[in-house]
Amino acid sequence: MYNTGYELLKITKEKKIKISDVVVQNECKVLEKSESEIRNKMKENLKVMIESSKQGLDGEIKSISGLIGGDAKRVNDYINTKKTTICGNTLNKAMARALSCSEINAAMGKIIAAPTAGSCGILPASIITSAEVLNLDENAMINALFTAAGIGQIIAKNATLSGAEGGCQAECGSASAMAAAAIVEMAGGTPEMSLNAAAIALKNILGLVCDPIAGLVEAPCAKRNASGTVNAMLAADLALAGVKSIIPFDEVVEAMYNVGKSLPHELRETALGGVAATKSGKEIENNIFDK
Amino acid sequence: MDNYSVFDILGPIMIGPSSSHTAGAAKIGKLARKISGNDFDSVLFYLHGSFAKTYKGHGTDRALVAGILGMEPYDERLRGSLKIANKKGIKVKFVETDLGYRHPNTVKIVFYKKGKKQDEIIGSSIGGGNVIITNINGYKVEFTGDYPTLITRQYDRPGIISKVTAIFATNNINIGKMKVNRKGKGQEASMVIETDSEIPNEAIKKILQINEIISARAINLRKKEV
Repeated sequence: MYNTGYELLKITKEKKIKISDVVVQNECKVLEKSESEIRNKMKENLKVMIESSKQGLDGEIKSISGLIGGDAKRVNDYINTKKTTICGNTLNKAMARALSCSEINAAMGKIIAAPTAGSCGILPASIITSAEVLNLDENAMINALFTAAGIGQIIAKNATLSGAEGGCQAECGSASAMAAAAIVEMAGGTPEMSLNAAAIALKNILGLVCDPIAGLVEAPCAKRNASGTVNAMLAADLALAGVKSIIPFDEVVEAMYNVGKSLPHELRETALGGVAATKSGKEIENNIFDK
Repeated sequence: MDNYSVFDILGPIMIGPSSSHTAGAAKIGKLARKISGNDFDSVLFYLHGSFAKTYKGHGTDRALVAGILGMEPYDERLRGSLKIANKKGIKVKFVETDLGYRHPNTVKIVFYKKGKKQDEIIGSSIGGGNVIITNINGYKVEFTGDYPTLITRQYDRPGIISKVTAIFATNNINIGKMKVNRKGKGQEASMVIETDSEIPNEAIKKILQINEIISARAINLRKKEV
């Protein structure tokens, strides 16, 4: 078992295997199941991810509270009707997919908590879009999910994945780090590059607060899924280009945990601070719950 | 440091929007149904803390009803559970309340049949879709439903525990955790036993034959199934 990024890297070097291989081998031991059983279960997860990243692109999804919805379709229509966009088709498509997952979640549709329901769009959007760009198959996406889960296991062990404990950096930040490492492996990067990408992605969102309007997993969550996806993709490209994180991954995880613990409770999913506590945020809250 | 499965990190498959307010609520509802049995025609939900404050926006009400109808947290019918309950002739009602010093995501579920109270169960959703049942009919308990669980009511007499555990031993069932509670010396008591393997019907039948046993029910559901 690997408790840290350092240990994970050591195993990949000793056995000359990929991060996803280490994670799969460990999982077989933990669950006492065969590799094919575990892969099949991950395939089920991937199916739900693909579906939830698609549903919001063509039809307008409205959340139960009515606060969010339709943005995934807006971005998808924007790519389809504009010849040129600032970020290009790849990033726009990725953002649309992340928004779709978040909107499906807020509309009580089926999603995978990855690692949480609030951050459920980042991993599907990053992996599906990267597979499209790199022309990779379902199997490569399943491997990528194992790589991502391995990074998530290490963050869960040494820090937290909960917004109530560590703020949005612990949810969307972790999802972004997991996705960044996974994309690097998909693109043929080394395990070191994966950990550099994860460290860069997490550092970029360090300190982000969890301030859901009206306490609902809707806003600003959905847009942070879009930005978390772009963050994962840019961190992956930086790492693949050879850019290194000056602070090693394990220390970034430790820093994230310490920052989370020092956030006041108003900024940890209580809807008492941040944008939730603004004049407009409060008005929205009153309107939703006075219905 | 716990050892996390990759499916603790990527999962559960669930109906949104919140693992604690939706998936966890459905799980509590389903456990309550397993504890009480499916013989009820109306259910009262007392919502506490964050459940009381945000249940409409998180679909906690629909999730709880889906649970007591026997649905899983990933069942897409969850969204329409209130209508399904209505069709089945099951009345549901939600009451915002203060259950005292408890986890912020707590619900008390009371089952009725023809106006007569059947069972009263309190459970909390403690994060990531994980739940804990803390009270059954006034008895303090503590179990998660992640392991097969036996719940009994019995008279507080010497030797009753060994009679029950002897039946487990002959069925080769290992006990993981056990909690015994009573109203008073020699009065009614309750036992909650979590085991490593499923509790077969034959074992329950044998347990029900023990003189001091008033009721026995097994909850056989496993969490980490591949």
